[in-house]
Amino acid sequence: MIAVENLSRRNVLRGIGIGSGLVLGLRVGFRSFPAGAAPETNFAPNVYVSIDDTGLVTIVAHRSEMGTGIKTGLPMVLADELDADWNRVKIVQADGDVKYGDQNTDGSRSMRQFYQPLREAGAVARQMLEEAAARVWNADPATCHAQNHAVVHEPTGRRLGFGELVEVAADLPLPSSDHMQLRFKPANARRYVGKPVPIVDLADIVRGRATYGIDVVVPGMKHVSIERCPVYGGRARSFDAKDALAVPGVEKVIEIEAAPIPSGFNPLGGIAVVANNTWSAQQGREKLKIDWDFGLNASYDTATYRAELEATAKQPGRLVRGEGDFAGALRSAARRVSADYFVPHYAHAPMEVPAAIAHLTGNRCEVWAPTQNPQAARTLVAQVLGLDETRVTLHVTLLGGGFGRKSKPDYVAEAALLSQKLGAPVKLTWSRPDDIQHDYYHAICAQHLEAGLDQQGHATAWLHRTVFPPIEATFQPDVTYGAAGELQQGVTDMPYAIPNVRCENGAAVNHVRIGWYRSVFNIPHAFAVCSFADELAAAADQDPLEYLRQLIGASRHIDLPAMGVDYPNYGASLEVYPIDTGRLRGVLDLVAAKSGWGQKLPARQGRGIAVHRSFLTYVATVAHVSVGNDGQVTIPRIDMAVDCGLVVNPDRVRAQMEGAAIMAISNVLYSNISAKDGRIVQGNFDAYEVARTDITPDTRVYLVDSNAPPAGAGEPGVPPTMPAICNAIFAATGKRIRALPIDTTQLKAA
Amino acid sequence: MINLRVNGTTRAVDADPAMPLLWALRDLLGMTGTKYGCGIGACGACTVHLNGQAVRSCITAIGDVGDQQVTTIEGLSPEGTHPLQRAWIANNVPQCGYCQVGQIMQAAALLQTTPKPTDQQITDAMSGNICRCGTYQRIRAAIKQAAELGA
Repeated sequence: MIAVENLSRRNVLRGIGIGSGLVLGLRVGFRSFPAGAAPETNFAPNVYVSIDDTGLVTIVAHRSEMGTGIKTGLPMVLADELDADWNRVKIVQADGDVKYGDQNTDGSRSMRQFYQPLREAGAVARQMLEEAAARVWNADPATCHAQNHAVVHEPTGRRLGFGELVEVAADLPLPSSDHMQLRFKPANARRYVGKPVPIVDLADIVRGRATYGIDVVVPGMKHVSIERCPVYGGRARSFDAKDALAVPGVEKVIEIEAAPIPSGFNPLGGIAVVANNTWSAQQGREKLKIDWDFGLNASYDTATYRAELEATAKQPGRLVRGEGDFAGALRSAARRVSADYFVPHYAHAPMEVPAAIAHLTGNRCEVWAPTQNPQAARTLVAQVLGLDETRVTLHVTLLGGGFGRKSKPDYVAEAALLSQKLGAPVKLTWSRPDDIQHDYYHAICAQHLEAGLDQQGHATAWLHRTVFPPIEATFQPDVTYGAAGELQQGVTDMPYAIPNVRCENGAAVNHVRIGWYRSVFNIPHAFAVCSFADELAAAADQDPLEYLRQLIGASRHIDLPAMGVDYPNYGASLEVYPIDTGRLRGVLDLVAAKSGWGQKLPARQGRGIAVHRSFLTYVATVAHVSVGNDGQVTIPRIDMAVDCGLVVNPDRVRAQMEGAAIMAISNVLYSNISAKDGRIVQGNFDAYEVARTDITPDTRVYLVDSNAPPAGAGEPGVPPTMPAICNAIFAATGKRIRALPIDTTQLKAA
Repeated sequence: MINLRVNGTTRAVDADPAMPLLWALRDLLGMTGTKYGCGIGACGACTVHLNGQAVRSCITAIGDVGDQQVTTIEGLSPEGTHPLQRAWIANNVPQCGYCQVGQIMQAAALLQTTPKPTDQQITDAMSGNICRCGTYQRIRAAIKQAAELGA
């Protein structure tokens, strides 16, 4: 079905800055993941592409730009199909509004969901311009073809620019089955898709002119910094603001009420210091005297909690996937292997801290925010202000990193509430300690794995137990078991050809806000599964690559629902996006061939390999590490083979993989959030460490040339790269990494 | 009032001498190219030059700047065509881009003292600058390319 609407003559467009010309909207309805919102089916007039009589093509970017390049990538798809000249394309960032369809930029799904609709919009616009030219020339439409921002009449060579055709095109009916068939360009005629195109904000970024949320200035705005209870769920009993108010520049101190827990997207509450500049607001905070009621989580201690999770992982859990007879197969196995794995909390720590600007005037609120989730931010602002959503205008700025943090709009609601309380425009800027100590943390996770091997070392039995506080517990009370959408990320989707399988999930109670963090549950699960596969290879005394090939087995589609597994497949159809072990094997073989797998290395150096499908994309990584006699790890090289289906902007997919390699290094070697007495121990980049340039490997990315539909790019690089590094350390030292971050003192030469 | 010499112009700010230069630039002078990242000099997002040397503006009090020349990203080159800016574009370095102004200012100070830096010199100069997107590989390539262009 064609999802395009001709809006050229709609009165509703008047006054929104769209001139006369050809204006097309999209009928968009997609289920959002993982929040599980109902599909949107109501069509509201929107604008995805307009062409004015000067020929300027304006394309709306409706997904948030946090560094993936999506603000460039999706418009490329439309411009390509339109045969527009990229230099005459202007890209406009959409406000948060349901009329644009799903704008929640997470789950590595922008290209997957919107490649086809934007391609259709481009094709419709092109064909309407071609049809318009045919009418002007009184020619056969089949002889009129768009070519670089103009339509050319092939027999005569006559030519009309897009701008000269829009008035005629605007009155044409849309292409449909009974009028003109929608045609797509053949792959070999693509102008932009599949070619490296620089991001549209590149020149502004290197000149310091790009506007992030934190950079927005509204005349008369107040600067605010909020002191929040150090323990999740706590609240202020009372506070003394006298000294804070004495700080020059501080104008006011006001309380924001804490939402009850689980607090979801709602503000945590706290004492807000209002000043005429950010620094004074931060200085004022330090002078506050607050008597906190720390609430229910005041004894949260990650060391104790880890022991609880590990004890739970030793016990049978809720069965989430089962085939054959695991217990019987284990009893008759020639050899048994078991291992326990641990991954801590992580904080997102995007370089731009959470920040938002809100201006409430009368019953209208205008907001500027670096948000991954513009519609949820708009809805939440309307809720906390008691306004109808149509009264809230939410402008999406560039995001200085997101990684999942900015899909939670708590900070946007804080700014809106403050504007209401102050009767003035407000800029709220979190400090870095605020960001690290009040995050929606990556779930801490303990896992237990067991396997049985036969005489030849083949795995015949597989047990995987995972225990973690679920994300849903941030939103609903009494949620202790993982959702199918969490367990599909490296547990229930286990792709190995093993006849007897048990996957189980144990209960865990959350004590902090848990949230999506780039790659989400694929992080702990791929770490455990891909490390354990390497342990099995070692137990079988086989080369890890050969062993993985045998574990993956024959090329096939794994139909988990047919096996009784509750498997959402990232919200995508299994027919269109099957679990294809042939593609898994394909990236494994590619990375092995490119990385020099099997070539000899000096002492205390090693290569490790891992392969994992996540967000419908297949990635295999070989890491080459070197471990000093002092235990220090260096990573000279990382090779990554990627099959994400059709690649729109190859340079940006490569960039996502290069960045994923760095984030994987942060996760395995440096980053760790721990809690004591309910408080997060780490407060800034001195204690919450992330990878820096000194550890940067030579990362080489190989993209599989694929005609499969487009899949994820932002997240799939992280999961296999973490265990590849750990497996390489095992190859280099014989020391197995089962807990993160790596304790390098354990890696010292004997 | 404190006079600051920023990008060749003297600007007067009415603020506590203890205020970090970062916030004076951003909130009082409206120059938002310089970014806040950590407030303790641990990430490099706020890097500017004082008399050509890279400093962390988040821990540099305006009262201590005196008559030193402050150079920010807005003043690095008049047209925004410093060899590093050109190399950054040629290598498609930025992802989200937020930290890149600090990275460029840090690298510009390096190239002033060390026009042809070795890998180790790049590591030593750039290890204080965090990029959470993980663009380090391209930053390193761009610095080398800019060195070739003759920064």
